[in-house]
Amino acid sequence: MAPERPFRYIDGVVSLELDQERCIGCGICLQVCPHAVFELADDKARIVHRDHCMECSACARNCPVQALRVEAGEGCVRAIINEMLGRDCDCC
Amino acid sequence: MKIILSPVDQQQGGSPLPLYRPGPAATPGASPDQPFVKGGRTAAPGAMPQVEARLGLSDRFGSWLARCNIGRFSHVVDAGLYALGEAGADSPVLVTANYKMSFDRLRSALAGRACWLLVLDTKGINVWCAAGKGTFSTLELYDRLTHSRLAEVVAHRQLIVPQLGAPGIDGLALKKHSGFEVIWGPVRARDLPAFLDNNCVATPAMRCKDFPLAERLALVPVEVSQAAGKALLLIGIFMLLSGLGGEGAFWPAVREMGVFAAWAVAAGVIGGTVLTAALLPWLPGRAFSLKGMWAGIFSFLSLVAGHGLVAPQHMISGLEAGAWLLMSTAISSWLGMNFTGSSTYTSRSGVRFEMRRAIPLQAGAFAAGLLCWLAARFWL
Repeated sequence: MAPERPFRYIDGVVSLELDQERCIGCGICLQVCPHAVFELADDKARIVHRDHCMECSACARNCPVQALRVEAGEGCVRAIINEMLGRDCDCC
Repeated sequence: MKIILSPVDQQQGGSPLPLYRPGPAATPGASPDQPFVKGGRTAAPGAMPQVEARLGLSDRFGSWLARCNIGRFSHVVDAGLYALGEAGADSPVLVTANYKMSFDRLRSALAGRACWLLVLDTKGINVWCAAGKGTFSTLELYDRLTHSRLAEVVAHRQLIVPQLGAPGIDGLALKKHSGFEVIWGPVRARDLPAFLDNNCVATPAMRCKDFPLAERLALVPVEVSQAAGKALLLIGIFMLLSGLGGEGAFWPAVREMGVFAAWAVAAGVIGGTVLTAALLPWLPGRAFSLKGMWAGIFSFLSLVAGHGLVAPQHMISGLEAGAWLLMSTAISSWLGMNFTGSSTYTSRSGVRFEMRRAIPLQAGAFAAGLLCWLAARFWL
C-alpha cells in the first residue's frame, strides 16, 4: 500500500479519466504517478484517489493503450495568467 | 530518423518535430564555466567529461544563490554525457536536467558509485517543471543520447529516468526508436542508492512526492524576492499619498500614515509567502487563496498587536485599520494563491477553479480597503 498522502487539493475538479475497457493492466501508471492515484485490481488499473491527482499527465503520456486522459498543464497561477496573455512563462 | 509521436505528444506539442539545435556540449577537462569537471573518462566514442560526487564550495554557494533567486536561470551545466567516478560499459545511466542544482543533487546522492549522467538541455529548469513545459522530453532525450553516442559508451540498453520526468517522456516511444528502455527511478535523488541496490525496484514511498516543511521553507526566499518589487512599488505609492494628504508638511505627513502602510504591505507579503509556506498543512481550507487569507489575517493582527513597537507615534484609526485588514489580507491571499506554482500537489483544474472565485474577491477587498484608506487620509 502506498503511504498516506499528507496533502490534498480542492475536491471534485480533476479532469483525469480512465477507460477500463482499454486498460491492459501493465501498471505503468502506478509507477509514474507521484500521488498514488491508481491501484491495480483484477489486472486492471483503477482510480482510488482521484482528488490527489495533480494533472501532471505522466500516466497519460506513458499509457501504452491510451486508456488515460487528462487535461494536462502546470497548476500554477503565473503559468495560467501568462497563457491567457499569450506570453511565455519563465517563472520556474 | 524520425520519431513518431504518441497521441499524447500530438495533443500537447505545437509543431510535431522541433528543430534540434545542440547547445554547448559537455567537454572533458575543466573549463572556466564548468569547474566541477575534473578530467576525462575514456569511452569508445572518445573521452567523456568526468565529475565527482563530492560537492565543492562553489557548487554549494551556487545552490545557495539560486535559492535566493540570484542568477537562478544561469545556474546551468552543459548538456551531454558525464562520467561519475570510474564509469564503464556496464555502469548505469541516469538522466537529469541541466539545472545545476538538479545535476548536483543527483551526483552527490551517488557517492562511491560509478555511473553515467546524461544531462538534457532543459534551459536551466529542473526535471519536473521542464517535463511539464516540454523541454525534458522524449525528443530531447532521444537527440541527446544519439548525439552523445551512448549506444557505443555502454553495453546495456537501459536508462534510469527520474519519475518526475514522466510527464515529458514517453518511455515506450523512446524504446521503440532508440532501443533504450526507460526505468523509472525514484522521485528523490537521495533514494537512488537504495533503488539501485534493490535491482532498480522502487518502494511505494519512493514513488510519492511529499512536501515537507524544509522543502517549503527553501522556496520562501524566491517567493519573497518575486513579490518584493511590486510590494516596494505599492509602499512607495502609499508613502506618496500619505505625504500629499494630512495638514502638515510633506515628510511629517508621510510619517503619519505612510510608515504603517509600509508595515501593513510587509505583513501581507509575509503572510502570503513565509506563513503560507510554513503553515501550509495547518491553515484552514484546501484552496491556497483561503490559506493565504488566514495567514494574512493572522499576520496583520500580529502587526496591530505590535504596532506600538513599529510606529509608536502614530495612532491608527478604526477606518485605517479596517482598510489595511482588507488590503493586507488581499495581498496575502493573492501571494498564497501564487504558491500553487511552487507546490507539489496542485492541479491545473483546481488552480483555475480557485482563480475564478478568488481573484474577484481579492480585487474587491483591495479596492474597498483602498477607498477606506483614501477616505481616512483625505476626507476624514
